[in-house]
Amino acid sequence: MKPMELARAEPGPAFTVTLDGRQLDALPGQTVAAALWAAGVTSWRSTRGEGRPRGIFCGIGVCFDCLITVNDRPNQRACLIPLRPGDAIRTQEGTGHEH
Amino acid sequence: MSTDPTRSHAPGPPHLAIIGAGPAGLAAALAAAGEGVRVTVVDAARAPGGQFYRQPAAGLGARRPGALHHQWRTWRRLRDGLRRQIDAGHVTHLPDHHVWCVERRPEGGGIDGGPARLTVHALLGPGQETPAEVRADAVLLATGGYEKVLPFPGWTLPGVVSAGGAQAMLKGGLVVSGRTAVVAGTGPLLLPVATGLAAAGVTVAALVESTGPRALARRAGALAGRADKLAEGAGYAVELLRRRVRTLVRHTVVEAHGADRLEAVTVAALDAEGRVRPGSERRIPCDTLAVGHGMLPHTDLAETLGCRVESPGQRVWVDGEQRTDVPGVWAAGETTGIGGAALSLAEGHIAGRSAAARLRGWVPDPGTWAGAAESRAELRRFFEALDTVYVPPAHWTEQVRDDTVVCRCEEVTAGAVREAVGELGAGDVRTVKLLTRAGMGWCQGRMCGPAVAGIAGCEQAVARRPFAQPVPLGVLARTGEVRTGEVRTGEVRTGESEQDDDDR
Repeated sequence: MKPMELARAEPGPAFTVTLDGRQLDALPGQTVAAALWAAGVTSWRSTRGEGRPRGIFCGIGVCFDCLITVNDRPNQRACLIPLRPGDAIRTQEGTGHEH
Repeated sequence: MSTDPTRSHAPGPPHLAIIGAGPAGLAAALAAAGEGVRVTVVDAARAPGGQFYRQPAAGLGARRPGALHHQWRTWRRLRDGLRRQIDAGHVTHLPDHHVWCVERRPEGGGIDGGPARLTVHALLGPGQETPAEVRADAVLLATGGYEKVLPFPGWTLPGVVSAGGAQAMLKGGLVVSGRTAVVAGTGPLLLPVATGLAAAGVTVAALVESTGPRALARRAGALAGRADKLAEGAGYAVELLRRRVRTLVRHTVVEAHGADRLEAVTVAALDAEGRVRPGSERRIPCDTLAVGHGMLPHTDLAETLGCRVESPGQRVWVDGEQRTDVPGVWAAGETTGIGGAALSLAEGHIAGRSAAARLRGWVPDPGTWAGAAESRAELRRFFEALDTVYVPPAHWTEQVRDDTVVCRCEEVTAGAVREAVGELGAGDVRTVKLLTRAGMGWCQGRMCGPAVAGIAGCEQAVARRPFAQPVPLGVLARTGEVRTGEVRTGEVRTGESEQDDDDR
């Protein structure tokens, strides 16, 4: 967690969210993408056509590559959405509407 | 002031809506509020600052938030100024408001012939389903820019991110995607990205810049005018040396390797014509590639308003006062041409002063912003010179294989684009788009626009996107239900309160 040290971050208490049912720690203020990166996860979506893995690309909400399902809402941009305790994140296949 | 037509329709001072809370938007807000105009700053982020002054999220409790920033003192001055103006009731800051359209009612006549009646349509919060409207007498677009990334084999692999994206994740979330990074492409942004990642504990295996020092030297005369900017660049160079970051100039990434995520990149040297030198390829193991080829202005809102957008450059045209060619609409910062934070501050200041004066019925005196105008002229010259230096390799399309995905959203390959041009006879990017679906996906061509144009060998056209954000159909259907006159100028109205009204 070197970047946290660099900014001398003293975050509020960590809380738990789930990724496909698996428990994951998140920090207050972190976006879905930041929490996933912190947990070592870099891909969380497969594309509609080729089923290729995707994660963060532009990081600022422009490219829509980081789409993910949050609390049953598909196609949310992981780089924009802050996490709340108990959020259920699911990796997304295709359009996210196929389940 | 009693004869001022803009004030006749609503009580109180005239109202300026500013879209974007980055350097340009904040400078404009402070300048306009200081001149007796009521200002509403509408911004998509949860905290002001834009991309340049992006902060660690508040919940992360950063005690040294400036660690990953430059010009932190300038930011503090802007932040404190904003706070004072908010406390004084002159400025309203609306964070987490995602603007999808600015609507201008032609019958309003604009500031020269009555209230412009501009309506800013936004969606609230992370869910972006609840609508909000802001009515104003004038609008200032300070919507910034985003990064251009040209495709190469493997660029869709997780672990390959835009250089600005890596920086945004680091600044805002205090996270990095791996342990070993390569920073590549072209442009001044690569320097702070490489030094930032290195400072955050990432091993930066190489900084790969396709431009060579000779190109910089050729423009030395034009660049010498801004010694501060050159010193900034030199500072980064020293920092890279100190952190032992290998810098490869006149090199380019030709391929990213990996199965489900990035494992290595192949870089190669470029010859004087911008072609890869055969046999110069070398493989660098890494788990992160931060890549960028320059910046593009956000022009969507200006396009829907009918503002003139210049191509090439795809920037909103403005006059000396930062006015667009549409009455009541100003623009400042990257949206009028890429030039960094200092230029954005100067343009924002001028735009804010001009808008305030015009809204109060005066012809502004440019003498009151002479310092900012001088700075603007110098910085525009500087960045025009820089633009001719930091250009992608002339033959970059030769590295793009037929099976390389060009449009990330619709998974359109370079082969499909080439077929559309070669066999199906497409002669412009619009036809390529219709034949291949390149640019029809979620990002509406923001990511693939320059790539499709380059591979097709066509000029990049000014995009015509009706909305700057995806909008739920329900929101679209209800837009316009709020009749003119129901909402007083400057009042913020949300879909929720609309619901409340219905219940009453």
